[in-house]
Amino acid sequence: MNDEAGLATVLLAMFAGAIRVSTPFLFVSLGETLTEKSGRINLGLEGTLVFGAMSGYAISYHTGSPWFGVLVAGLGGTVFGAIHGYLCKLPRVNDIAIGIALMLFGTGIAFFFGKAYIQPQAPRLPSISFGFWAENPSVRQALEINPLFLIGLFLAIFLWWGLKNTRWGLVVRTTGDSAPAALALGIDVDRVRLLSTMAGGFFAGVGGSFLSLYYPGSWTEGLSSGQGLMAVALVIFARWNPLYCFAAALLFGAAGALGPALQSIGISRGYHFFNAAPYIMTLLIMIASVSPKRSLKGAPGELSITK
Amino acid sequence: MAETADFPGLSSSVSGLREWGDRLRRSSEFIVIPVLALFVSGILFSVFLLALGKSPADFFSLVWRGGFGTSFSWQNTLVRSAPLILTALCVAIPARLGLVIIGGEGALVLGGFGAAAIAIPMVPWAPTPVLLGVMALASIVCGGIWIGLVGALRHYRGVNETISSLLLFYIAVSILNFFVEGALRDPSDPNKPSTMPIGRDNMIGMIPGTDVHWGLVVGIVLCVLLYLLMNRTTFGFAARITGGNLRAAQAQGLPVGRLMLVSCAIAGACAGLAGFLEVAAIHGKANASLIAGYGFTGILVSFLARHNPLVIVPVAVFLGGIAASGGLVQRRMDLPDATVLVLQGLIFLVILVSETFYGRLPFYRSKGEIS
Repeated sequence: MNDEAGLATVLLAMFAGAIRVSTPFLFVSLGETLTEKSGRINLGLEGTLVFGAMSGYAISYHTGSPWFGVLVAGLGGTVFGAIHGYLCKLPRVNDIAIGIALMLFGTGIAFFFGKAYIQPQAPRLPSISFGFWAENPSVRQALEINPLFLIGLFLAIFLWWGLKNTRWGLVVRTTGDSAPAALALGIDVDRVRLLSTMAGGFFAGVGGSFLSLYYPGSWTEGLSSGQGLMAVALVIFARWNPLYCFAAALLFGAAGALGPALQSIGISRGYHFFNAAPYIMTLLIMIASVSPKRSLKGAPGELSITK
Repeated sequence: MAETADFPGLSSSVSGLREWGDRLRRSSEFIVIPVLALFVSGILFSVFLLALGKSPADFFSLVWRGGFGTSFSWQNTLVRSAPLILTALCVAIPARLGLVIIGGEGALVLGGFGAAAIAIPMVPWAPTPVLLGVMALASIVCGGIWIGLVGALRHYRGVNETISSLLLFYIAVSILNFFVEGALRDPSDPNKPSTMPIGRDNMIGMIPGTDVHWGLVVGIVLCVLLYLLMNRTTFGFAARITGGNLRAAQAQGLPVGRLMLVSCAIAGACAGLAGFLEVAAIHGKANASLIAGYGFTGILVSFLARHNPLVIVPVAVFLGGIAASGGLVQRRMDLPDATVLVLQGLIFLVILVSETFYGRLPFYRSKGEIS
């Protein structure tokens, strides 16, 4: 009886966690999908995520409007995306290396300006209660859903539809699959990639603001701890498909919630290993989902990591 | 050539001289461009400081004083350079094969932990040289396996090495925390979860006349050895071919997988050794202080040195000096400790962008060649 109740609590906590924790993964992976579809990889989204978290929190603190914070975080991400997109078009400049540099630079800038915001409390994002029908308070709590999660869901559907069915979707995919072909069609390859990276940066910045403005809900330096990079790995797992990104983000969210969920019912043995669960899972998923022998379905042909 | 064609003897000596001058001119490019890049990042950082209302002149003079100004600051700088040299090697060796590995910090953490863990049962009876030898070996094995795993995953499963190495860093931190806060925690230290100390008498000593431990010498020796390995042996030659063109290397029948594995294992061993030195010469035990960011600064050191083991030494001293001055800058100018991170990130970006100028600056553009 006790065990069953414990299991139910853990499962519910993981379900709630999947919804709560997945949003940053979702935004970063959608942004990265768009960027990678255009043929570039941006590893700097980890830095963008951290900077988005810091700037969103700071703006929310100063203006009192968390949504304005989300917007500014997105714009900050756009700037990082623009830097990446612009620098990578220079000959002999490697997009992976620039991404690493931007990861370090973005976290550095965020820590630099973020020192002042570790203490103060900023207004947080509101959530919508979908659990009004439930008796059980923990179910009700699990169904407190942040609007950004829903926006992310719509964004995933929109990107999935848009990449397949619209003109710009075709342009982005062509650019990502073969730059010479895109060039022959009169497409400005560098511009498409710049814009895709900027849009990707915007999404990652928004994802970062979710971290500091909703869950965990305050700005600390260890806030992201690699989530941006896990999201990049998640894109490979999701085969560059925005809808799969959504499913994968939920899975990652659930894995991330495992440690705290077990702790809540008193299992704290191996706590650190459960905290490592998302990283181990990412690694296992990457091992299982890629292969050196064949190219992956849906992989953009110009992408340096799958070549 | 045309104007000297009438005098054959003169022509040959002039062309010999010209060839020598040309070679000098070309090789100076590898110094001039990075120095220019450092200069540009200095200017950009000054703009950043001015925008914040701080004086760049104060900043740079404090960096000079805190990193290189006095014999005390020099020692501080050199103590920090030792792990930087080793973690930079962790990036530089795989980079020759075209692998970008950024998880050296994980190998450092695990190497340091492995060394401290194996020391616990040995401390009561083992003489110091045996203890230190076993600890060093343990750290080499831990680090080597950790990054070797990255190479194996890359070769056998096609897993991107950049992402997997960073994921393994987080996993290494979890392993450290798990043991340090659990089974291997020293109960007598209530403040900070740590392993049992190896004992002051067992720690690595200082280079006579200084406060710098022997790790610096270890790092320099390894740099020379690995330079020779990568530039003067068949192994290094094969590795560089693999980095230049993977398909061509495979077509030549080079053992690409083994090259990757061995290079990654060597790289991890270097970073692991850095962890051992941090434990055996600085902290005396393993705890969260091992996660000091040396692995990440090492990436910058390696890129700045263009992955050349010999150049890594001065670059590590240079960046170690900047890191050493961080505390002074923080106190005197009221800047957060992340200032050094911002400067490092900026240098990194500018250095990468400077790659694009090789062979394109007016002075270095070779005549008659289409760029």
